[in-house]
Amino acid sequence: MSLFIIVALPFLGALLPGLFIRAGRQACFVATFTVSALAFIGLMTHLPAVLGGQVATARLDWLPDLGLNLNLFLDPLGFMFAALILGIGLLIIIYARWYLSRDDNMGEFFSYLLLFQGAMVGIVLSDNILMLLVFWELTSLSSFLLIGFWKHLPAGRQGARMALTVTGMGGLAMIGGMLILGQIVGSYDLTVILENRELIQASPLYLPALLLILTGCFTKSAQFPFHFWLPHAMSAPTPVSAYLHSATMVKAGLFLMARMWPVLSGTDVWVTLVCSVGLITMVLGAFIAFFKNDLKALLAFSTVSHLGLICFLLGTGTTFGAMAAVFHILNHASFKAALFMVAGIVDHGVHTRDMRKLGGLRHVMPLTFVLATLAGLSMAGIPLLNGFISKEMMLEEAVHTTLFGSPLLVAVVATIGALFSAAYSFRFISHTFLGAERDDYPAHPHDPKAGLWFSPALLMIPVIALGVAPFMAEPFVRLVTEAVVGGVAELPEEHLALWHGFKPALFMSMIAVVGGLIWLALFSPLSRMWESAPRPEAKDIFDTLIKALANGAGRFSRTLHDGSFTRYAAIFTLAVVAVGTHAWSTGTAGGATRDMLRVTPIAAMLWGMLIAATCFLVFYHRNRLAVLILMGIIGLIVSVSFNYFSAPDLALTQISVEVVTIILLLLALNFLPNRSPKESTPIRRTRDAVIALIGGAAVAGLVWTILMSGFPLASISEYHLANSYKGGGGDNVVNVILVDFRGYDTFGEIIVLGIAALVIYALTEALLNGPVRAKLLNRDFEEARAGDAHPLMMVVLTRVMMPVVLMVGVYIFLRGHNEPGGGFVAGLVVAIAVVMQYMASGFAWAEKRQRYPYHGIIGAGVLCAGLTGIGSWFAGEPFLTSAFGYFRIPPMQEFELATAMGFDLGVFLSVVGAVMLLLESFFRLGRRAGTEDSEYAIDIDPSRTSTAEEG
Amino acid sequence: MELLIASAIGVLTAAGIYMVLRQRTFSVIIGTSLLSYAVNVFLFASGRLTVNAPPVLRDGVDVYADPLPQALVLTAIVISFGMTAVVVIMALGSYLSAGDDLVDVPDPHADIPQAPQTLRGEAVE
Repeated sequence: MSLFIIVALPFLGALLPGLFIRAGRQACFVATFTVSALAFIGLMTHLPAVLGGQVATARLDWLPDLGLNLNLFLDPLGFMFAALILGIGLLIIIYARWYLSRDDNMGEFFSYLLLFQGAMVGIVLSDNILMLLVFWELTSLSSFLLIGFWKHLPAGRQGARMALTVTGMGGLAMIGGMLILGQIVGSYDLTVILENRELIQASPLYLPALLLILTGCFTKSAQFPFHFWLPHAMSAPTPVSAYLHSATMVKAGLFLMARMWPVLSGTDVWVTLVCSVGLITMVLGAFIAFFKNDLKALLAFSTVSHLGLICFLLGTGTTFGAMAAVFHILNHASFKAALFMVAGIVDHGVHTRDMRKLGGLRHVMPLTFVLATLAGLSMAGIPLLNGFISKEMMLEEAVHTTLFGSPLLVAVVATIGALFSAAYSFRFISHTFLGAERDDYPAHPHDPKAGLWFSPALLMIPVIALGVAPFMAEPFVRLVTEAVVGGVAELPEEHLALWHGFKPALFMSMIAVVGGLIWLALFSPLSRMWESAPRPEAKDIFDTLIKALANGAGRFSRTLHDGSFTRYAAIFTLAVVAVGTHAWSTGTAGGATRDMLRVTPIAAMLWGMLIAATCFLVFYHRNRLAVLILMGIIGLIVSVSFNYFSAPDLALTQISVEVVTIILLLLALNFLPNRSPKESTPIRRTRDAVIALIGGAAVAGLVWTILMSGFPLASISEYHLANSYKGGGGDNVVNVILVDFRGYDTFGEIIVLGIAALVIYALTEALLNGPVRAKLLNRDFEEARAGDAHPLMMVVLTRVMMPVVLMVGVYIFLRGHNEPGGGFVAGLVVAIAVVMQYMASGFAWAEKRQRYPYHGIIGAGVLCAGLTGIGSWFAGEPFLTSAFGYFRIPPMQEFELATAMGFDLGVFLSVVGAVMLLLESFFRLGRRAGTEDSEYAIDIDPSRTSTAEEG
Repeated sequence: MELLIASAIGVLTAAGIYMVLRQRTFSVIIGTSLLSYAVNVFLFASGRLTVNAPPVLRDGVDVYADPLPQALVLTAIVISFGMTAVVVIMALGSYLSAGDDLVDVPDPHADIPQAPQTLRGEAVE
């Protein structure tokens, strides 16, 4: 089966449980199990190839320019982890089926579980470190969902948040490290990176990359000082704990250390850092675990300890250490998953996990007792069980490891760790199952149904088989170790065996087991000392830290982002001017190379009017009606200037936009206060004036410089001028640019315009359907209403003008391709003609006579433009290539037909629809404001009055 | 002439900035409209000033104004109208629902909860 399918199956399958839960819990379980089983079988089809030394790959370019590709590969290391993830995943799914109660949403649970499974499989099969990072973050996210699955428990939510924070932060560090690594090597492909050991270790960036990657690994694998999140994640449902903390999530960090072993390990920093962190974690975790009364808490700290052990083994940098690490990963996954499930069974049966309330369960839960004992003794490192073999190898490795110049230090620390480890394992068994049967259990304990004990029982097979005959696993472990080592060093001579002779490790083991028993015997006094001793509570520290950070961040952003829009605008203006000034002073601008145009008297007069109007506007800006009149003057002068400076199209557009803008603002003023109150202090006004003058002066200077210098680079306008007629079939170059050269641009713009109109429509609807509606209906008008809202003169005038204006619109539209005009201007002109009817005769009257919804006109316009563009495909040309021809139909003159006209028609319709829709929206607001609908076009109509009297 | 255009754009910009810095939505909208005049003329002027040479092809004429900035500004004028309309309806909506037409949030500290967790009834330890 393709590696893509193996990775994709859990992700795609994650959709199923949520659907199948509708058909019942059993159907949901079967669907989940089938998905996982398919992926597992798919993986197993690769087993012969993997054993034969082949590496399966699957490659797919995603973003090759960024080095981000969907490359997967399956080497023995990836295979081992994928098998653990999928295999133990199957057991967990079975277990969870019978563990979850009817109140738990099983569909949701299994969806999260499959998401997590997919992300984990993705990590171990990735051949691209960027892909790996994506999957890495996905595990953080999906584990957050799993840990916080019991959303009603505060501890669950807090634990999930803590796990996400710690592993997420580690993930960020990891991204940094991986990017550095990719920069050093010049490739993000894992297989390429793994071949460049010398290059990476010689690079000055090796140390930062190593530290960042290790931070990611340590947080994920709960190594000291990031170990504290793992015990808090125990508030998750037990199947989650069993899955995340035996075979998957926490092993991801170890996996990555093993994966990167060939290129990162072996240096002094690596050995010192990874070994000591691993040893500290191992001893600390084991020490704390012993005193935990909660079964799952004990197992949590024991997991921390075992992760430390594996971390230490990888840290030694020897091949024997790597082999021991690989073997212990396998063993730990088997016995720890079983132990978690046993803890869940006890919880299920007795309704408590507190060992102070347990004991003597051997009498009532014999089967559970057997399973717990086997797994527990394996964890303690008792011979004939698999935990013993790998622990012996760890001790053996410890003997040969020198840290901080002391050959003995590691051996002693490792023995102490093993001793504590044995002690808490014994305590787990004895305080739960041994001793006399009690009569105060919170519930009546009993052995569980097969669904719950099946999975841990199955795990006992490897626990015993590998314990008795470790050589069975040797070929596979060697193969995986070879993949870890990656040809950097020779594989060790040693074999996996039960009996190694009288070596130091054997004596250390004996010390650990005997010491563990003694330590357990001293439990009561030790526990009292532990309870009374002051110790830092990781959660408090974490919470305080997070709170301080959150408060700091809140203060920071509230200071910067205080809701004062005017302050942002002021800062923005000054910042832009500052950047511009910097660019000006550091760059080189050529001197004046162009001659000035002569100033004509009319131009000077217009200039004077513009300046005067603008100054008046600023000084009298509180009178809003006056502002609108002044705006009209400014707009007119701008459009006249466009005309003067050879831009007739712009002049036409500006003047028609001016009309609709003023109408729009007048409509808005209908609702807003007519005057702005005087509220700024003189200081504030002065400050604003200074800022405004600085900004204005900067812009004026910039424009002056641009206008006086020639083009620094050749303009593409020459091309447009040369090809307008030849390629676009039009004389009006501006119009040809709009509908042809840059037609795609225009297409986007009419869509934007349509969206703006629809936004306004939607906002109006929201306003009219919300509480604002009552306000609109009941509002008082500041000024008296007109007695004659629809005056006779205006109605008659607009009615007469309507066909004339429409004709002008059609004329402007048709001539657009060769003379100034076109769809934009024509659309605006036609819209004005229609708006005039609304203004003269009122909304209700006009609305009744309006047959086509404006939304539809916008849509028709966009469609028309789009279809014209698509039409060129049928001629085998790219989108929006125009064609044109000249036709002669007697008795008319010869005329031109161009496909661009279809496009321009689209522009025209969109503009008409958009302008009308948005103005209509404002009208609608006004209509609701209490004006009465008029039935007639004119309020006071002499002819109607007489007919009414007669009738 | 260039001086007139440069100074006119400068004055329009200064007026626009001043109006944007006012505290009422209507003034800010007027300010942005003034700024869009300034920006449109600025963009147009980047094609340099030409008199009596509209970019409409004629036989025997080979000097034309730069058509490209004109095409860009033409759509910009229409789009900025659309944007003005959106801002106006937003200003109207906020005035009608909030009862005032101030642009600044009156007291930014008043309605931001100190610790978001407490909102969900979960004690922060």
